[in-house]
Amino acid sequence: MAIMEDRKIPPNCSNPESDAFYAAADEGKFMIRRCTSCKKAHWYPRAVCPFCFGATEWEQASGEGTVYSFSTMLRSNFTMAYVTLKEGPTMMTNLIKIDPETMKIGAKVKLAWVQTDANKVPCFEPA
Amino acid sequence: MSIKGKAYIAGAFEHPTRKAPDKSVFQLHAECAAGALADAGLTKDDVDGYFCAGDAAGMGPINIADYMNLRLSYLDSTDVGGTSYIGAVGHAAAAINAGKCNVALITLSGRPRSEGVQTGTGQRPGNPQVGDSPWETHFSPATTNVYGMVAARHMHEYGTTSEQLAWIKVAASHHAQWNEHAMLRNVVTVEEVVNSPMVSTPLHRLDCCIISDGGGALIVVKPEIARSLKRPLVKVMGHGESWKGQMGGDVDLTYSGARWSGAAAFAESGVKQSDIKYASIYDSFTITVLMQLEDLGFCEKGQGGKFVSDGNLISGVGKLPFNTDGGGLCNNHPANRGGITKVIEAVRQLRGEAHPKVQVPNCDVALAHGTGGLLGSRHGSSTLILERE
Repeated sequence: MAIMEDRKIPPNCSNPESDAFYAAADEGKFMIRRCTSCKKAHWYPRAVCPFCFGATEWEQASGEGTVYSFSTMLRSNFTMAYVTLKEGPTMMTNLIKIDPETMKIGAKVKLAWVQTDANKVPCFEPA
Repeated sequence: MSIKGKAYIAGAFEHPTRKAPDKSVFQLHAECAAGALADAGLTKDDVDGYFCAGDAAGMGPINIADYMNLRLSYLDSTDVGGTSYIGAVGHAAAAINAGKCNVALITLSGRPRSEGVQTGTGQRPGNPQVGDSPWETHFSPATTNVYGMVAARHMHEYGTTSEQLAWIKVAASHHAQWNEHAMLRNVVTVEEVVNSPMVSTPLHRLDCCIISDGGGALIVVKPEIARSLKRPLVKVMGHGESWKGQMGGDVDLTYSGARWSGAAAFAESGVKQSDIKYASIYDSFTITVLMQLEDLGFCEKGQGGKFVSDGNLISGVGKLPFNTDGGGLCNNHPANRGGITKVIEAVRQLRGEAHPKVQVPNCDVALAHGTGGLLGSRHGSSTLILERE
């Protein structure tokens, strides 16, 4: 196969815990949240730490990651994936600009913003 | 406090329909309820506990209880997806043991086939009130691709193959050929499974369960009532529940909540894996079965592929007969929720009422286990162990 032609990603929804993320996303900044008590980063971003219930704060992340797993829906032209971020947490995302036949678990990937009818959403492409 | 021996399954009924365009969902629930009561030798007026889940539309159990006009002292509508009804047996046993009710009715029904629901591949709208939705829904976690990621990771970690997964479907099809109500009755081969169209890598069409209309019901009663009835005694021995999610970002797709719910059920029942003569294992996909068998302790983690191969799950052939009704892969997956049919076939086996071609000889201890929701993102997990008294 060759590089798959990617589908149009549907618009994201948002709530008060995600609004700041998408405002930053539209400016090209990829933010994650880290606990001020236990210091651990988590995903998906929450105001309350999922490890210790401590308070959390935003920090800008590198956008570097590795593919933990993926599954390509050939008929729908997209690839569902979990990517483990350099900062630690593993996040659900879509892989874009890939050849599904040569993509491998463990592959290095980098952040790639995709504009939807709502905001930019964080996808990943081969690094 | 344990529920071991404190409740019995006295009635079980699987609706014969697999496509019901002319019936309403509540009608199917009531037909299943009537069927299970008749099977037990009880009547509607005997019911004082009612258990349902997300397939019963309306406000929890209220609208459906009103349709059936039940008089109740106990109600529970815990929804953890398709496994809810396996957990409901444990909840019913606990309520009976606490004196809250005597005759518990559990129902499930739905008609996704008639409604044309794209269960495994359809896109779902976002709901910002659900905390994970702003982060995930636009990435389209359609059921097949989330289970596909679990299969892909299992293959990566343990060398599991598509051919090994295919054996699970092959075993189910061997059983379904004897079930006159099964949606798919053709026996298939490993080659046919791995050569069927790819739906979401690495899962093929024949790795996926069917979409069917229908339903089922169970009657759980206190011991004195069970002994007053004419049906074989199927005793609740143990039950375990759990769930598993993304763990704050520490995602690990190599195991499921069965690791916890299974351990709890085995501990409560005092039964060992080697005592289980028959196992109903939730089969939304072939990978679901493989993961659960490992996590329930029927084989070592990572050895599931080897365990399911060469017909080891086929009744009369292998060491662990599973889903002898044909399961969700071939027989029935009503309302996209396979929990209740898992309990129903376990009851048939323990009563000696399974089809003679698949009946397990001297079947005295059985297990029913299910995964609800999405194995690869967040799922409920329920395990039930039953014994023929």
